[in-house]
Amino acid sequence: MKMMKHSDALEQFAEQLETGTEPEMEGRSLWQDARRRFFRNKAAVLSLITLTAMLLTILLGPWIAPFSYEDIDWDVLMDIETLGSPSLASGHWFGTDQLGRDIFARTLQGGQISLMVGILGALVAVLIGTIYGAVSGYLGGRTDSVMMRVIEILDSVPFMFMVIMLVTVFGRHIILIFIAIGAVSWLSLARIVRGLTMSLKHKEFIEAAKAGGVKTPAIIRRHIVPNVLGIVMVYSSLLVPALILFESFLSFLGLGVQEPQTSWGALIAEGASNMDVTYWQLVYPAAFLVITLFCFNFIGDGLRDALDPKDR
Amino acid sequence: MSLLTVRDLQVSFDTPDGEVVAVNRLNFSVNAGETLGIVGESGSGKSQTAFSLLGLLAGNGRVSGSAQFEHQEILGLSEAAMNHIRAEQIAMIFQDPMTSLNPYMKIGQQLREVLMLHKGMSKREAHVEALKMMDAVKIPEAAKRINMYPHELSGGMRQRIMIAMALLCRPKLLIADEPTTALDVTVQAQIMTLLRELQSEFNTAIILITHDLGVVAGACDQVLVMYGGRTMEYGSTEQIFYQPSHPYTRGLLKAVPNLESRAGELNTIPGNPPNLLSLPKGCPFNPRCQESVASCFQDAPELISFTGGRQRACHLSLQAEEVA
Amino acid sequence: MLSFMTKRLLVAVPTLLVIALVSFLLMHLAPGSPFGGEKDLPPEVLANIEAKFHLDKPVMEQFVIYIGNLLQGDFGPSFVYHDFTVTELIVQAWPVSLELGLWAFLLAVLLGGLIGTLAALKQNSRLDYILMSLAMSGVVIPNFVLAPLLMLVFAVQLGWLPAGGWNDGQWQNMILPVVALALSFVASIARIMRGSMIEVLHSPYIRTAKAKGLPQSYIVLRHALRPALMPLVAYLGPAFVGIVTGSMVIDVFFTTGGLGQHFVNGALNRDYGMVMGITMLIATLTILFNAVVDILYALIDPRIRHS
Repeated sequence: MKMMKHSDALEQFAEQLETGTEPEMEGRSLWQDARRRFFRNKAAVLSLITLTAMLLTILLGPWIAPFSYEDIDWDVLMDIETLGSPSLASGHWFGTDQLGRDIFARTLQGGQISLMVGILGALVAVLIGTIYGAVSGYLGGRTDSVMMRVIEILDSVPFMFMVIMLVTVFGRHIILIFIAIGAVSWLSLARIVRGLTMSLKHKEFIEAAKAGGVKTPAIIRRHIVPNVLGIVMVYSSLLVPALILFESFLSFLGLGVQEPQTSWGALIAEGASNMDVTYWQLVYPAAFLVITLFCFNFIGDGLRDALDPKDR
Repeated sequence: MSLLTVRDLQVSFDTPDGEVVAVNRLNFSVNAGETLGIVGESGSGKSQTAFSLLGLLAGNGRVSGSAQFEHQEILGLSEAAMNHIRAEQIAMIFQDPMTSLNPYMKIGQQLREVLMLHKGMSKREAHVEALKMMDAVKIPEAAKRINMYPHELSGGMRQRIMIAMALLCRPKLLIADEPTTALDVTVQAQIMTLLRELQSEFNTAIILITHDLGVVAGACDQVLVMYGGRTMEYGSTEQIFYQPSHPYTRGLLKAVPNLESRAGELNTIPGNPPNLLSLPKGCPFNPRCQESVASCFQDAPELISFTGGRQRACHLSLQAEEVA
Repeated sequence: MLSFMTKRLLVAVPTLLVIALVSFLLMHLAPGSPFGGEKDLPPEVLANIEAKFHLDKPVMEQFVIYIGNLLQGDFGPSFVYHDFTVTELIVQAWPVSLELGLWAFLLAVLLGGLIGTLAALKQNSRLDYILMSLAMSGVVIPNFVLAPLLMLVFAVQLGWLPAGGWNDGQWQNMILPVVALALSFVASIARIMRGSMIEVLHSPYIRTAKAKGLPQSYIVLRHALRPALMPLVAYLGPAFVGIVTGSMVIDVFFTTGGLGQHFVNGALNRDYGMVMGITMLIATLTILFNAVVDILYALIDPRIRHS
């Protein structure tokens, strides 16, 4: 639902972009307006800063962490409950897990996987969604209605079940997982791109290209896709948290990444099964995930309000 | 004897861009059984005037001044007390009968609930009474239509329902906010005729809010012309029509299409209705006034009363024939 | 109305066929597929599968046989539990999932609707801000974080409620799973309800109702509630999918023995029969539910009913 509301705002914004009397001029100032409104939104800006800091920690953290994510600290293994608890002195800032592995390092490693799945999954979705939507919108007619029918059908499928089925069949490999996740997340993107394409189709520069004998695939590649890219980028930034959540869900169930690699979902699952002893094993990864999701959520709301200020 | 006397009515709204004064120190009165027309362009504050009388302003609206209805102050009444004024004493019909009726409820229920709540009638009694009122507003096949939803009726029929609904408790005053604007021309005439007939039948006073002076001519005893939230001119219909003393009124009168004006020639007042957030200094009408003088840009003109209970706010000196 | 329902069902049939075809083909494509003969399946299971799917026949014919079996409620053999068919396992787990889902759904709609309405009536008050901040948190915090936290507090620390198990649906066992499952939907529905209630309360027909001198409570219940429910009804479909999906986490985490637990175990053990069977069941239920929602829509809004 959250997603639906966001894509509504995007579609409206796209519509405004198109109905501007002078497309280029109007377009630029609309984007500028949106940017200005976004940066006036305190929660969104604060979230953006937090998220950037989080990203830097995740990417650079492994160099400053005293332990690696897969090494077992034999010194603490005999008494995890006291020696493995979070402490600055021992160097296990977030404590260790039940096997004596450093939670700080594992949380960062998990974050890398989670973000990678989020971003690569979004890329897969963008790739499929943009092409599908552009082709459907540009060709129009019966092709379009068949392609939209397919989306309608796919929309009523419970996707988590389909992804788990894919994972069951093809094995739990990380690359397969984000392809599977991306492959089921492109639907609303395709809808948005289709809408944009249908109105672009009748613009002079496209008519001119057509009259000049440019072939359909080239028109789509060179004229349609670059023109819808702005909206697509905004949308995909909303897709990332959904995909992170998706992956964490799978990993929590043990259907995501496999040992010794880990992800936030997998860490939370481990933490949950040991929480009566080593509660920190649950708390830190959960906090990272929840803070990330909150940030994305505020940024998403900020984007929506920036693009569609009437919606208040 | 006057039924409703309004003194220094002021309505303002708190908006993110500052306080907006939508109605500025309005004075008028309505006599029992008579009709007052409030005329003005959109944004002149005429609808907000009506809403403020019934306590229907939006949440950020504030009202001050006084409105005496049968010697009872009705501004600032508690909700419970106000609910006895509403429908029982003062009823209201709205501009767009499409959106003003609840699309999710049958006509019958929307009529019956008024009688059941205000008159304590049983459902059956209310049903009979509602049917009678539907007959009174000349809705054919009322027995069938009472079980329909609003979207199944035409615009004119819906407005008749609104009127029937407003008259159920025989209120002494009916406020009609642009009752014909959303309707076809032929239907407009029917609705106006109906209102006039019902007025004499039930002896109801009416405040008729409209942007169309043409509607006012046949229907009103008194006319209040508003611009930018203020009174421009206030007087009897004859005075306003035959001796308009304010340039804005004259402009409105010229804008009424009639048979004498040549085809294709439609007089309008140049310019746009004012932005209430940034009213011009002096008289609010000055940017569009063709007769403005230097003082119009300095001070807002006072509202001055003169012969025959007439009022106007204008810096121009009166000409002899206008006073007569 | 009748043609409307027929149309809904006509859309449902191809959708289900597509899902069935995709899952069927996936099983054939799978590396180590039971049909490929590479996987080490116990001979009795292999024999079962061969009998069920007529592996000697062409693929399309196998598909037709599979569909025929599905229509008779026969989901084929489990590849892991040798003594059970998928249907038997589903029949066992079904009541648990139904009860869990139903309570969660009711809680979400009633509590969420109530909170949203309350916040809308007190728009921009402190109560509104508090309720909506809570709702925002509820929407953002995923159930697989919430469930462990709830268990940590109420089962491990306070010891008020059991830490898992179903115990034939004792209410003590049900509270934590139902709450953990429902909370994010309570939050979503509260947000939706608040938004739509505010919009309705600002509509002209509510102004008419006020002008009629009707009391506030009457206006909210009789005039505003029904139109304000429309967006909520639109959300019921996604909420259903969400609750069914979320129940995987809840079933596994609280070991309720519901469908979700069987499904996840099936996926972990590569029990194709189980995974495919439950996927088909859930897809069918989802599509049926969406059809019911569409009909509900028409029942609430007279304008749809008449068009």
